[in-house]
Amino acid sequence: MNKSVFFGALTVAGVLAGASAAATLDDVKARGKLNCGVTTGLVGFAAPNANGEWEGFDVAVCRAVAAAVFGDPTAVEFIPTTGKTRFTALASGEIDFLARNTTWTFSRDVDLKFDFIGVNYYDGQGFMVPKSLGVSSAKDLDGATVCIQTGTTTELNLADFFRSNNISYEPVPIETNAEGQQQYLAGACDTYTTDASGLASTRATFETPGDHIILPEIISKEPLGPLVRHGDNDWGDVTRWVLYALIAAEELGVTSANVEEMSMNTTNPEVARLLGSEGTLGEMLGLDAAWAKNAIASQGNYGEIFAKNIGEETPIGLARGLNAQWTDGGLMYAPPFR
Amino acid sequence: MSDTHAQTVTYVRDTMLPQAAPPSTAQGPVKWLRESLFSSIPYTILTIAALYVIYVLLSGFLPWLLGGVWTTANIRECREVLDGGAGGCFSVLSERWNQLLFGISYPQDGYWRPTLAFVLLFVAVAPVLFSSLPRQLLIVTALYPFIAFWLIWGGSLLVPLSALASIGIGYFVYSKLVKTSFAAGLAGGVVAAAVIWFVLSFITPSLSGVLALEEVVSRNMGGFMLNMILGVICVSLSLPLGIVLALGRQSSLPIIKMICVVFIEFIRGVPLITLLFVANVVLAYFLPPGTSFDLILRVIIMITMFASAYIAEVIRGGLAALPRGQYEGAESLGLDYAQSMRLIILPQALKISIPGIVNVAVGLFKDTTLVSIISMFDLVGMIRGPILASTDWNGVYWELWGFAALLFFIVCYGISQYSQWLERQLQTDHH
Repeated sequence: MNKSVFFGALTVAGVLAGASAAATLDDVKARGKLNCGVTTGLVGFAAPNANGEWEGFDVAVCRAVAAAVFGDPTAVEFIPTTGKTRFTALASGEIDFLARNTTWTFSRDVDLKFDFIGVNYYDGQGFMVPKSLGVSSAKDLDGATVCIQTGTTTELNLADFFRSNNISYEPVPIETNAEGQQQYLAGACDTYTTDASGLASTRATFETPGDHIILPEIISKEPLGPLVRHGDNDWGDVTRWVLYALIAAEELGVTSANVEEMSMNTTNPEVARLLGSEGTLGEMLGLDAAWAKNAIASQGNYGEIFAKNIGEETPIGLARGLNAQWTDGGLMYAPPFR
Repeated sequence: MSDTHAQTVTYVRDTMLPQAAPPSTAQGPVKWLRESLFSSIPYTILTIAALYVIYVLLSGFLPWLLGGVWTTANIRECREVLDGGAGGCFSVLSERWNQLLFGISYPQDGYWRPTLAFVLLFVAVAPVLFSSLPRQLLIVTALYPFIAFWLIWGGSLLVPLSALASIGIGYFVYSKLVKTSFAAGLAGGVVAAAVIWFVLSFITPSLSGVLALEEVVSRNMGGFMLNMILGVICVSLSLPLGIVLALGRQSSLPIIKMICVVFIEFIRGVPLITLLFVANVVLAYFLPPGTSFDLILRVIIMITMFASAYIAEVIRGGLAALPRGQYEGAESLGLDYAQSMRLIILPQALKISIPGIVNVAVGLFKDTTLVSIISMFDLVGMIRGPILASTDWNGVYWELWGFAALLFFIVCYGISQYSQWLERQLQTDHH
């Protein structure tokens, strides 16, 4: 009896939660602010600056969504989440949108009931070792102590890699990237493993970056993407197409500098549809006609966001690699806007 | 005989020698050195070894501290200026001090508010800590929570004032009814306070602009300010709660006793970090979506519960240490339970418990840094998250952690010095 009452209550709570989750776009519009989950801090991807304003590659996606919905890239409440709290924050409705370098996996998509809306960064897990260790391949790491962030897919990939190569390792569990960096420099572990982008940004902060190498093996596919709750397809569509708008803008040559001009006098019909001077794409999403224009004007296209936050001109210095446009041999490919 | 003596001895001193200073080896610093540092060969060796260790430590530390850089804009510039030198990169402190102290999103032109609240804290706790101060100052102490809330969270002054009014009226009702019975007084007081608060809560929203400071939501609290807020509130709430739990555990009423025992044992059996995760994550599932039960409030409730369970056990130790005769003496004077506890038992039991309570308080204050794990930006969260993750300062560790350690040391050392002073003051036995 008691049990059935309890489950009944849970069901009611679940139905209520589902009902309210079904109209995230309306909730967001009514609130006047997007609640966006970000990491508590990852170099280049999300961190507040000296004035407390959030900046970074993931942050730019949040701001682009806010610009598309409200026309105002500052209408975002950034909610910092850790690797352990991010999914509950999204599932419970505390945040509307999670842009926290989260790897798209089967179980997260299906079992945890989230929808990944796309991939904003194709990453892969690598190893960094001090040059003095004299290792040139990850397969030479038998018996090594490995600094590994707990609660992430990197932990599982690491176990798989070492098991399939029949070599052993000793994990040194760490909580954050900063801690891993420190442990690694202090010599608490022989090698530090995380996504290659993270390794590059970590190495960039070392006093002598040249003393450390990133091993050639990339042991996993890490498509990092923003995600929303499962079951609210309207909201999923809004966020998905904002991301695609940024990617398509780069392909079509629309930048934050020329977006105004192109929206007025373009001869390319796809650009006209994207920027809302033709067609009703914005209306179909339940947004303003200038949704994509606002997003691009405030944050720039995908390439600009990349260059500004993590590109080769920044101290992190990541090359485009897999994240180049499909026309340049990368994987960034936006479906057509029509 | 004396004659013989006078003839055989050529010289006899007939006055006292003036007092001479002791030889230089038996007085002052030389004696101290000889006795404490170089009294034997093994000690001499140890002294020299210790001096060498101190020298090594200082020769590393002082150039780092004194040769540090305070004005660069990021770690790369800083390393360029230092050019391989030993100095520290203290520019991170001069650029991010406001984030370390107040968090990332507290309005910058409002920093005076928490600072003023911090200064007033000393005025408010002084009469509680030092009994020699005039008792009238206790009025400040009573008003402080409301003033501090208004200063830190902002909004209209009417909200804390209406809370004050309802508590004041509740107390008035209590003091009228308590003469008939303690329970009636307590219940009447609580009901009266709740009713007044309920009534006033209809009025205050319409006057939200009156005497209002810019409102700051709890999520924007951070830095050392957050540690202080959590530490001060939780210590001051957990002390009365701990006393009630300790008395409840000794109660002869079985239900009250059982509730207290279960509460204390459950809380003590669970790590604080688990409770914090419950506050942050699990509660979010059970609350209906859209309700925003303030995260700081949730965390305060959890830490207070945690600390009160420990303080209850410390006080129970104090109660158990009192001789049975004290309880019987109180009863033989005709005092009822509340009077005997208030006048006879608790003053003695609390005095015995001071070291334990201070121990819990210091531990609790340091435990407030655990909130960084549930992604709140307290001092530690601030360093681990935003500052070390900014492209500008990623890689600066010693300076930041040293600063955090210094702040915590000052507070904890202050608390412990006070408790030692208090123990000396309260010493009534004669040794």
